[in-house]
Amino acid sequence: MATQLQSIGAHPRANIRVDLQVIAGMIPPGSRVLDIGCGDGELLDYLVHFRQVDGRGMEISQAGVNNCVAHGLSVIQGDADTDLKDYPSDAFDYVILSQTLQATYDPREVLRQLVRIGKRAIVSFPNFGAWHVRLKLLWSGKMPVTDSYDVAWYETPNIHLCTIDDFAELCADVGIAIERGMVLDAGGRPRALRAPGFLANLLGEQGLFVLTRTG
Amino acid sequence: MTNSSPGLSAASPLLPGKRLVIPADDPLPLDNGGTLGPVTIAYQTYGRLDERRANAVLVCHALTGDQYVAETHPITGKPGWWETLVGPGRVLDTDRFFIICANVVGGCMGTTGPKEIDPATGQPYGLSFPVITIGDMVRAQKHLIDSLGIDSLFCVVGGSMGGMQVLQWAAAYPDKVFAAMPIATAARHSAQNIAFHEVGRQAIMADPDWRGGAYLTEGTRPGRGLSVARMAAHITYLSETALHRKFGRNLQDREALSYGFDAEFQVESYLRHQGSTFIERFDANSYLYITRAMDYFDLARDFGGQLAHAFRGSKARFCVVSFTSDWLFPTSESRALVHALNAAAANVSFVEIPTDKGHDAFLLDEPELFKVLGGFVEGCAERRGLKR
Repeated sequence: MATQLQSIGAHPRANIRVDLQVIAGMIPPGSRVLDIGCGDGELLDYLVHFRQVDGRGMEISQAGVNNCVAHGLSVIQGDADTDLKDYPSDAFDYVILSQTLQATYDPREVLRQLVRIGKRAIVSFPNFGAWHVRLKLLWSGKMPVTDSYDVAWYETPNIHLCTIDDFAELCADVGIAIERGMVLDAGGRPRALRAPGFLANLLGEQGLFVLTRTG
Repeated sequence: MTNSSPGLSAASPLLPGKRLVIPADDPLPLDNGGTLGPVTIAYQTYGRLDERRANAVLVCHALTGDQYVAETHPITGKPGWWETLVGPGRVLDTDRFFIICANVVGGCMGTTGPKEIDPATGQPYGLSFPVITIGDMVRAQKHLIDSLGIDSLFCVVGGSMGGMQVLQWAAAYPDKVFAAMPIATAARHSAQNIAFHEVGRQAIMADPDWRGGAYLTEGTRPGRGLSVARMAAHITYLSETALHRKFGRNLQDREALSYGFDAEFQVESYLRHQGSTFIERFDANSYLYITRAMDYFDLARDFGGQLAHAFRGSKARFCVVSFTSDWLFPTSESRALVHALNAAAANVSFVEIPTDKGHDAFLLDEPELFKVLGGFVEGCAERRGLKR
């Protein structure tokens, strides 16, 4: 959908990664959105230009931030572990944490902050419970290196890997409600499986959850 | 006129440019509780105000800057101090935006300051000039913007003390600022920076030719003191890496050490040059007043100690910029500002530009800076509905 803002930046990116499209589809036009770990701004750019959101980004890499700002996006250099506490509660309609939770120092606190500053949080992460990951560990006896975990254990930024069931358990422990859960396949496409659930945890490549505060 | 240059004359009738006078019967209220009037504001504009009066950009100058942002300086003959950013086809494109830059209150380039004549006495103000603040400077600029018929500024931009004015604008007139670019600045002046300023002021006051601030009436000029103040300050604008890259331990015009106190090292010669050229264009008392205004700046103090309250409800889009090697206004200051803007749920971008050029980087040719500011300005212009 073309908008008057479409000409911002050199080339608004209409074709984004499939899993990002799934996330974008969950966000109503006009929402206030914070994308944490926004990278080079692929999803944020799409949301601003094609979903007319009031979009902000946070990214840990300075090069990523500078690229985003040079592209006309509102992005700050910041760290999910330390910089979410500054935001007031309910500052955003949606807070997105895509493929970043596993790299945070304190995922539990990050999740708490997400549902505090956002009315809803959308969180996606690679599922360490996927069948082929389980098999690799079982057969080789070594930490799996896969498409989602493509870095050796000693240099991976992914320090808090979890399965979909782990994630659901943590949400329950800290009083976060799962409003919607799904799993994606290796191509980022949704699979028709209820998440969390035994099959989702076995067959899902990524978990994708919409979270809210309880009570 | 016996003065050798217009910059050092008591009044500045020869300086080119535009003037606004705030009349004595409706004077400028000051933060010290008093008023000042009449106040002359010397300013320059570039480009054309569009029909909607929506494309105005206010450029705020730093401590020793002035209104000649994008043209040859009438005293030094050097290019405008921010021609890298302001001009045809630049980030602040004068073919597209209406650029305004005014000499600050307390300055010495035509705006009312300590070297101008106090109409009450017929003598230069000298130390009878009131101590002014960043808030006073911005209040005077607001008069100017009103007089130009501009209801809301598209953008307010400035580095260092100019950045303080940007923040003051956003806090004092939140409805009047669409976009704000505070660069290499802070929401309050640090103890270390106050300390450096005090060294500069003491250098000026220690000069016997300062005459208790009355040098203009007594026909002297505290050039040595002002020069030392500038030399000390100039070091803080650079970085150790940049100084080393530029000068190292290289000797000036000699092959060997001469065992004396001439400017033997290139870096000494450079600093002396900075000092001696500075006194040709700047007034010593202005230096005292403007450094004081920076020292007093503490935006949170005006808002119950909570910086975030300064930006509560602000609709402005902020682009905060710092430089990796700037130790005068380090990135930590910008980050504190960003945290406060986040706490106010303001729309903020924050970039740190990698450079070894120190605080002065904001005035220099930094492609990454222009790329970032260009993207930010472009995004804001589209949202403001400004034509390319």
